[in-house]
Amino acid sequence: MLEIRGLEAGYGDVPVLSGVTLAVGAGEIVALLGPNGAGKSTLLNCVAGLVRPPRRGRWAGTIRWDSQDLRALDAHLIVQRGVALVPEGRRLFGGMSVQENLELGAFAPRAWAGRRAALERVYTLFPVLAERRRTAVQALSGGQQQMVAVGRALMASPRLLMLDEPSLGLAPRLVAAILEALVAINRDGVAIFLVEQNVPAALSLAHRGYLLEGGRIVGEGSGAGLMANEHVRRAYLGPLAVRR
Amino acid sequence: MILAQQLLLGLLIGGLYGLAAAGLSLVFGVMRVLNVAHGELIMLGGYGAFWLAALLGVDPFASLALVIPGALLLGAILYWGLFGFVVRAHEETRVKNSLLIGFGLALALHALAVRLWTADERSIPTSYGGAVLSVGELSIPLVRLATLVLALLLIGALQLLLSRWRWGKAIRATAEDWQAALLTGIDIRRAYLLAFALGTALAGAAGTLVTVAYSVSPSIGLEWTLKALIVVVLAGLGSMMGTFVGGLVLGLAEAASAATFGGPYREIVGLVIFVVVLTVRPRGLFGR
Repeated sequence: MLEIRGLEAGYGDVPVLSGVTLAVGAGEIVALLGPNGAGKSTLLNCVAGLVRPPRRGRWAGTIRWDSQDLRALDAHLIVQRGVALVPEGRRLFGGMSVQENLELGAFAPRAWAGRRAALERVYTLFPVLAERRRTAVQALSGGQQQMVAVGRALMASPRLLMLDEPSLGLAPRLVAAILEALVAINRDGVAIFLVEQNVPAALSLAHRGYLLEGGRIVGEGSGAGLMANEHVRRAYLGPLAVRR
Repeated sequence: MILAQQLLLGLLIGGLYGLAAAGLSLVFGVMRVLNVAHGELIMLGGYGAFWLAALLGVDPFASLALVIPGALLLGAILYWGLFGFVVRAHEETRVKNSLLIGFGLALALHALAVRLWTADERSIPTSYGGAVLSVGELSIPLVRLATLVLALLLIGALQLLLSRWRWGKAIRATAEDWQAALLTGIDIRRAYLLAFALGTALAGAAGTLVTVAYSVSPSIGLEWTLKALIVVVLAGLGSMMGTFVGGLVLGLAEAASAATFGGPYREIVGLVIFVVVLTVRPRGLFGR
């Protein structure tokens, strides 16, 4: 279980997160909603170990994963502990094939031993990737690339899968395919922490959600509860949703 | 000397340019660090072979089997002691810092070489050194031909290592996107260490071949750094075979300009290539 308490973080002297407290339980799907610049990506990158305090500096707050402090670990060790991130913009290795990208996802020693089984799981989840396993990822469509990105993170056999805007720039049909895959992944017991601009899509599958605005958590609730929340409707679903 | 003969000799030294550039390209591509002491590492590799031949009577080609592991180890030590600190800096300040460290290292290695081996030019005499293969009017010096073939084999081996070996893939992934590499669980510091050690090993091998086919002196470092840099710019990053071909192109271009305009112009063509490529096609002939 992921537990973040009083987290403060930023870039250089610019603070982004001020006192964020939230939790993602085992097997849960939790959505993190908020406007651009609220600090959603920064939060995920802090958990994954990509955003770190300046060399001699310290930030307030803790990030605990199974009662271990993730802030003391390098990013590659955080993946080994079972916390994987699908980063914004996918960040695939463009010159490599689908299968090479996926196999690199299992780079950590323990995951490497089970990479064949993990590969089969990913190909079962996204059959189209099995057909294109030898293709260079830069030749794939955006939706297929997002599948590779999700698959690459799954190859590490995570117990918590974090996703940063997986639906960005995808056609609705592909968004649905990705979200369905997330539900299937969750059914296998993997907790999911999802940052999404597509609020209805995110809340349709999330058990719970948090609202992050200006670096602070300003609201939380069940998926259905947030969907009915007046502020959420006005701020994220637009005037049409409010009138409806 | 007829033009074809000059071009042939240019091609033969071009293979070594390619090998010299491969190590520099690997280190720059993966670490974003420009090691201006790369030529001095080549020089050290040459003296390694020279010592093995002079003190122990080891055949210079056979000495590759000792020079390459030795250079790997030296590369690892240099990474731990010097260049490992540079990669902790932000990407934009890395090149600047690496230039300072590289120049310092180059001066230190040059002074060390003068102290150990004097400033004299050295070569390794062998029984087969004068052997020549005659093809029509062309005469091919066999030792230089062997260095070209070995350079190609070494670069092929590197290419294989980078495409098949688990850590080879990790090195490529780190070169492409180090943050994404971290997210897949790759210890990028180790990828940097391996890349630097491999780059140094290639420099050592290049130095050995330079010394057996030509000669070595403490001051050859800067010249080889420059040749390697020109080839890296010409070929672009990301393809080791491309770098090898870039080396051949530079060797041929030098020979052609020396034949056309006279010997003193040999060095200038490389600099012209450097400027033209940076202006017209900054990512190089084979760059990604």
